[in-house]
Order: sequence, then C-alpha cells, then structure tokens
Amino acid sequence: MVIEKPWKRWVYFYIPLTVFLIGTLFPFYWMLITAIRPDAELYRSWRAVTNTPFWTLHPTLEHFRDLFEKTTFPHWLWNTFFIAVVSTGISLFCGLLAGYALARLKFPMAGALGTSIFVTYLVPPTLLFIPLADIIRNFQLGNTPWALILTYPTFLIPFCTWLLMGYFKTIPKELEECARIDGATRFGAMVRIIFPIAVPGILSAGIFAFTLSWNEFIYALVFLSSPERKTVPVGVVSEMIRGDIYFWGQLMAGALLGSIPVALVYSFFVEYYVTGLTGSVKG
Amino acid sequence: MGGRRAQEDLRVSVKKPIAGGTNGAAVVALPHPGTQRTRRLTRFLESERLLASLLLAPTVVLLGTFIAYPFVSGVWLSLSDTSVGNVGHFVGLKNFAKAWDDSIFQQAFRNTFFYTFWATIFKLALGMWLALLLNRSFRGKRLVRASMLLPFIIPTVLSTFAWRWMFDPTFSVLNWLLFRTGFIVNKIPFLSDGVYGMWCAIAVNTWRGMPFFAITLLAGLQTINPDLHEAASLDGANGWQRFWHVTWPLLKPVTLVVVVFSIIQTFSDFQLIYVLTGGGPANATHLLATYAYQVGVATGLLGEGAAISLFMLPVLFVVVWVQLRYLRRLEGA
Repeated sequence: MVIEKPWKRWVYFYIPLTVFLIGTLFPFYWMLITAIRPDAELYRSWRAVTNTPFWTLHPTLEHFRDLFEKTTFPHWLWNTFFIAVVSTGISLFCGLLAGYALARLKFPMAGALGTSIFVTYLVPPTLLFIPLADIIRNFQLGNTPWALILTYPTFLIPFCTWLLMGYFKTIPKELEECARIDGATRFGAMVRIIFPIAVPGILSAGIFAFTLSWNEFIYALVFLSSPERKTVPVGVVSEMIRGDIYFWGQLMAGALLGSIPVALVYSFFVEYYVTGLTGSVKG
Repeated sequence: MGGRRAQEDLRVSVKKPIAGGTNGAAVVALPHPGTQRTRRLTRFLESERLLASLLLAPTVVLLGTFIAYPFVSGVWLSLSDTSVGNVGHFVGLKNFAKAWDDSIFQQAFRNTFFYTFWATIFKLALGMWLALLLNRSFRGKRLVRASMLLPFIIPTVLSTFAWRWMFDPTFSVLNWLLFRTGFIVNKIPFLSDGVYGMWCAIAVNTWRGMPFFAITLLAGLQTINPDLHEAASLDGANGWQRFWHVTWPLLKPVTLVVVVFSIIQTFSDFQLIYVLTGGGPANATHLLATYAYQVGVATGLLGEGAAISLFMLPVLFVVVWVQLRYLRRLEGA
C-alpha cells in the first residue's frame, strides 16, 4: 500500500470526516438542547453577550411534560407504530409471494408484470394524493388508520418484491429441486425450504419498510383529520403550532421522541438496513 | 434458462410412468397422502401458472386499487372542474392551460427544476466524497457509518423542524455563530427571503439525501478490487488520476441508478418545503407538489390540483424510461 504522511492523513481524511460528522449530527444535538432548555433561555437576543447556545446550565423537562399534558402525543406515537407495523406486515406478505413467483415461476406475462411492479416503485406519492383522497373518501376510509394501512403498501410492496426477488435469485435452485424429489410439493418447498433461507432478506425488507412508513407524511396529512387519529409527523406539524406561534421547546421534544423509536429499530439492525438500502437500488 | 425447462420436462416425464400414467395419480405417490381436498389443492398448486397467479393476486389487487385506479381517476379529475362537494364536468385541457398561464405555477415549475438540479449535484458530490472517506479503514468505522445515515432514517418532517428552528429569523443559532466568528454584521434572512429560502431548502435536502448516496456508493466502492488501485499507483498515477481512471468508470453503473432514484424523489418532494417554508415567502419556494397541495387540498379545487401534479409526469416518465433501458442493457450483457 501507499504510505501516507501524517499531515496528509489529517488534511485529506480526519478533518473532512470530522466536518461531515458535525454537519450530519448537529441538527440532532440542536433538537436535544432545545428540548431541555427553559423558555427564558430559548428566546433571547441572538447578539446577547451572555448567550451560551451550545449548552444550558438549567436543563428542564417542562417541554416534555407539556407535550404529554397539552397534546395527544402518546396517541400519535401509538398510531404511527400500529400503522407502520401492520402495513409492513401486509407488504412483506405480498412481497414474499410476488417476489417468489417472479424469481422462480414461469408464466405468461412474467416479464411485463415484473416491469410494471418496478414502475410502480418509481411512482411518487405526490403524483397520486389528490385522486387517492377522493377514492379514500368514496371507500368511507377517511380519518381511519385503514386509509394509511391500505395505501402505504403501494410504495412498500414494490420495494419488498424487488428486494426479495433479488434475494430469491441468489438461493440455488438445487435446494428446492432436492426437496421436490424427496416429495415436497412446490408450495411446501417454497414455504419450508426457501422462505426460512430468505429470513435475512425478509428482515432487511421489513426494517426498511418500517422506517419508510414511519417517515411517510403526505398521505397521513391528507387522509387524517381528527387530532387523536394523527401520526407523529402530521401531529407535530398541525397540532403544535397555534396560530403563528411556534412552541419550539415542545416541538423539539416531540421531534426527539418521535425519532427515537425509529432510531432504535435502526440501531439494532444497521447491517440489515444497509443491505435493504443498497439492495433497493440494485435490484 | 432453456436448460432448466428441459430438466423439468424430464422430471415430469420420469414421474408419470412411476405414478401409473395418469396425472391425477402423481400426487398419490407422495409420502404424505392427505385427504381428498388437500390433494386437489396440492395438485392445483403444482401448476406453475396457477400458483403464480395465486401468489401475485394480493399484490396485483392492492397495486391495482391504490395505484392504477387513482392514476386513471387522477387523469379524469384533471380534465374536469371537480372541487370538494361538487361533481365535476368534463372541461378538456382547461385546467392545464390555466396552470400554464398562472405566474405562481410558472415559478413552482422553475423552482422544481432548480431545486432538483442543484440538490442532486450537491448530494452526488458530497456523497461521493463521504463514500471515499468511509472506504478507508479507521477505528470506529461502523459507528461513524451508522451515525452518518441518521439524517436519512429520522422522519424528514421532524428533522426539517430542527432546521427551521436553526434558520429562525430571530433566534437562529447559525446567525449567532457567523456573527461571533466575525463573518457577518447583520442577520442573514434565511427563510424570509425567496432566494435564500430556496438555497436553504436545497441545503436541507442535501443534508438529508447525502447519506443515501454515500452508503450506496460505498457499497459500490467495496466491490472494486484493491489490486487495481495498487497497479495504478505503481504505474505512477496520483490520487485524482486513480479516482478518475479506475474508480469512477467502475462506479458509473451504481451512480446512475442512485441518481435516478434521487431525481425522482427530489423532483416530487413535498414534506421538506411544506415544513421549512410552506412555499413562501410570497410563493417564492413552491414546488409542483406543494403547489398542487395548496390548490387541490387547501383550496379544494381537485381538478386543478390534479392537473398541476400531472405536470410532474413527463419528467418522471423520461427518468423511469432511462432507468428501464439501462436495466435491460445490464440484463442483456
């Protein structure tokens, strides 16, 4: 290997990496420090000499208390969680079956169907939210969690199918064929031999789908209306700003608590998440 | 492919005589004979066509109901004067013509291209740089890589609120920082000026999307054989030459795919602008999606809103077409 001089390593590596790291994480630090800072310190002149923006000597939990007492935040948290879990489950189920069929079975129109699922993967929700709102109203699903549970799979299924199809293709066909020679049915071989091997792929797809559902905004904004039915992103936007007044302490406390569940899931499964992320574009 | 077909045919033809010649008896030869009903089901599932249609049914039904149907319905809405509470009548291309002459729409249309162009350039450049940094070995690499992805997984709406607070007109920490370090004397009007507001939105979008580029490009980098770099440096290539002549050509395929994905997402972006500026000040930062929301949902003019969002379609179509052509070429090779 090429041997580097120490100063070069600092200039070309440590310093840029540190700048990247600070830039990436500073907004989260700012969220935290705002959430525990008392109001008197939050709203001070920006040129005040005594200003110490990067830390506080009087940390407080009053913003968190307000969040739970004055808003329906716990409801939002539960709604987001419930909707994310159920829509991820539905999408994994559909994606598993469809991915297997597209990877392994031969049937007319297989190519066309694969392509159209891929194309729906690239259809952004912002293209369809207006007609979808109309359809949701006609189905009497407006303002219910089902409006989201049924529509989130539209962007999750294509992704899950695509990822799992790629995964199934890496499993040798011989495994299945052995099972079939031993008398397993095609369906039995799929469920008992192939699906268990695909567990890492299923986990990747599931983690990724969960974070996508937790993140979704426009459908939740348009389809839900009563405060206690909302998800965290929509609730924070629409219920915590009264008139023109932003309660920044409370807002940041809500943003922090709303981010923690998804950050936790992510931190336990980083490797699976990264596989899902890179697989999502490679196919 | 052809080999597999032949192999299967062979197996079926071997199986038949053993089972006594008829198709129906083939199942009886299995070691787990079930009841009459499960046997019929098993035989049914043995047919590839039937099994495939069964496995694909849930996906096709869901995507058909909530993608294909809304799409058709959206095209109809855009050709009608439907508004909330009013059944619409066919009005032809009136909504499209009206939008095209609307100065706010024109602004949103230009903004969308501007926003997508610059945000994609920055995400690609910074993401590539970060990927190259992360591709080296150093202590704590896994932790650094995991924290770099945080902006991408934390809900955009929530992290954009943090940015909005950092850009606050009165209490901005960034203004404080620049003032203290002597770069500015007066406050920068981050979000209260249209031009600044647009660049702030581009900056936040870059911050959020860059990790996606970095991690995907890193995965691409890791597949490049280090021997190639060694050979190039033995031949006297410097760092930049090694990147340009060795890394970049090998990384081009994955870069194209990532850029296409990012263009689609950036072009159709909604939540970031909705939270950061709400399209303001004075409609200076509207994108097609936020303007479609304002007209279609906030004002209730469903027909006009649907028409505005359909203006995204041609661009998305071209991008998807490029992607599909590229995938075909990969499969063909």
